[in-house]
Amino acid sequence: MAELLASKQWEEFMQILPTIPFEMWETVWSTAAATLLALVIGLPLGVCLVAGEPGGVRPLPRWLMQALNVLINLLRSVPFLILMIIVIPLSRLIVGTSIGTPASIVPLVIASFPFVSRLVETSIREVDAGVIEAAQSMGATPLQIIVKVMIPESMPSLISNITIATTTIMGYGAMAGIIGGGGLGKVAINYGYYRFNGLLEIFATALLVVLVQILQTVGTRMAVRCDKRIQR
Amino acid sequence: MIELQHLTKRFASTSGGTVVALKDINLTIRDGDIYGIIGMSGAGKSTLVRCINMLERPDEGSVLVNGRAMQQLSAAELRAARREITMIFQQFNLLMQRTCLDNILFPMELTKTPKAQAEARARQLLELVGLPDKADAYPAQLSGGQKQRIAIARALATDPKVLLCDEATSALDPNTTQAILQLIQKINRELGITVVVITHQMSVVEQICNRVAILDEGTVVEEGEVQAIFSHPNSAAARRLVYPAGAPKAEALPGHRLVRVAFNGTQTTDKPLVASLAIECGALVSILAADTRIVNGQTLGSMLLALPEGDAAARAMAYIQNYPGITCEEVNV
Repeated sequence: MAELLASKQWEEFMQILPTIPFEMWETVWSTAAATLLALVIGLPLGVCLVAGEPGGVRPLPRWLMQALNVLINLLRSVPFLILMIIVIPLSRLIVGTSIGTPASIVPLVIASFPFVSRLVETSIREVDAGVIEAAQSMGATPLQIIVKVMIPESMPSLISNITIATTTIMGYGAMAGIIGGGGLGKVAINYGYYRFNGLLEIFATALLVVLVQILQTVGTRMAVRCDKRIQR
Repeated sequence: MIELQHLTKRFASTSGGTVVALKDINLTIRDGDIYGIIGMSGAGKSTLVRCINMLERPDEGSVLVNGRAMQQLSAAELRAARREITMIFQQFNLLMQRTCLDNILFPMELTKTPKAQAEARARQLLELVGLPDKADAYPAQLSGGQKQRIAIARALATDPKVLLCDEATSALDPNTTQAILQLIQKINRELGITVVVITHQMSVVEQICNRVAILDEGTVVEEGEVQAIFSHPNSAAARRLVYPAGAPKAEALPGHRLVRVAFNGTQTTDKPLVASLAIECGALVSILAADTRIVNGQTLGSMLLALPEGDAAARAMAYIQNYPGITCEEVNV
């Protein structure tokens, strides 16, 4: 123990430690912002994937549906590391810079909205076709069916899936340390891995694990709590 | 009044061909009727009822509701028309994430009815279906019968003129079925709502319908007053439904003439038929199947008799034909 306390690693660790709350905050807000933006794009897309099908509540042209599917599959198949590098010019265009946490949100959103739209699609598909038919039989418009039936009825599943998306985005966000994004990932990669400081690497990773655990617990609890099909 | 004229509906089958679900259906449902449409599963009943509110679009023919051709309505007109022709389902199809009260409010939300007015109406409907204390309960907390009551309340929220019931009691136990049927009957009588009942249960038609159409393989094989059809089922499909036990047995007795005898409830003699046949005609008949049922308060009975071939059988046939209050027909195997 005394040996550890006297080592260079420990000295470095103590130097970085005061910045950890800030880096944690960077991780939290960039994850939250990226998830929110991914939802803004992914939720309507996911709804379209179900409602726009032939026989759906608002069928869309076949070519449009195919284009949507191809785009989503394409973006989902590009490895995140490569995607981050490809979209650097785009980040510069949107955020004005290609480094730092705000800039890392651009590739995060682009990488995660296709994933989110697939998750939303799965959730919306779980809604009983009979309930949608009932709404149609009552004279609901396609928009009313989407807003008042499909989304509220799939809410527990949506919350579960959004939780999955958030943890995945947090994981991606940690990788953004490589292109200059901030957060716990940066600490683990830049101060830990590159500077051979195992202590920092493990500590930052452990904090990420704790964040994911908290998120998952809260998400699961919310999904169960809002599900009125479960009798308590 | 609902008129179905030359209605035909085809579906693409999974094997690539087409399946004709409905073939040239012609039916008239008058205002105030409780009209039964009965058939075995796969007969096309659910498709037929969905053609009335255009949840399924017929390929040929027309659906006229109070003289208006449903196929020709614009999307907005159709939505308005659907508020007057509401529907309840076998699986209830309630919104599981909403309370009962909010479920009943749903159709009124769609029409943007003022909140206070809608809630007053919803509470009144809860009262009508006998569940005033379930306003804040969620559907998952209700029994099947209670769910169907909420579904009925929801269907009545827009003051419809027609209520379509798609196998509304098929998922319920016999006692609950009785209660729901009584509720439907009450709605028909007190609110003057025309009811179309889709079912495969003869007992449902027997209990509440005044007219019935029998659907078999996409065609209407018989249509008319319930009592008339029950006492003289003419088609094979009708007999299968009216005498579920008797029909198959008719195929199992070679060397005999099979006769179906129906007592239409007006029998005036107290001479027992089967004994008379033995004594007066010397015909030793066997009873293959027998059944009595009560339709609209009248007792109807039927028997499937086997007569040994020969002179005695011919005498017996003549005897039965002259017997008061009885109709008979020979069943050809």
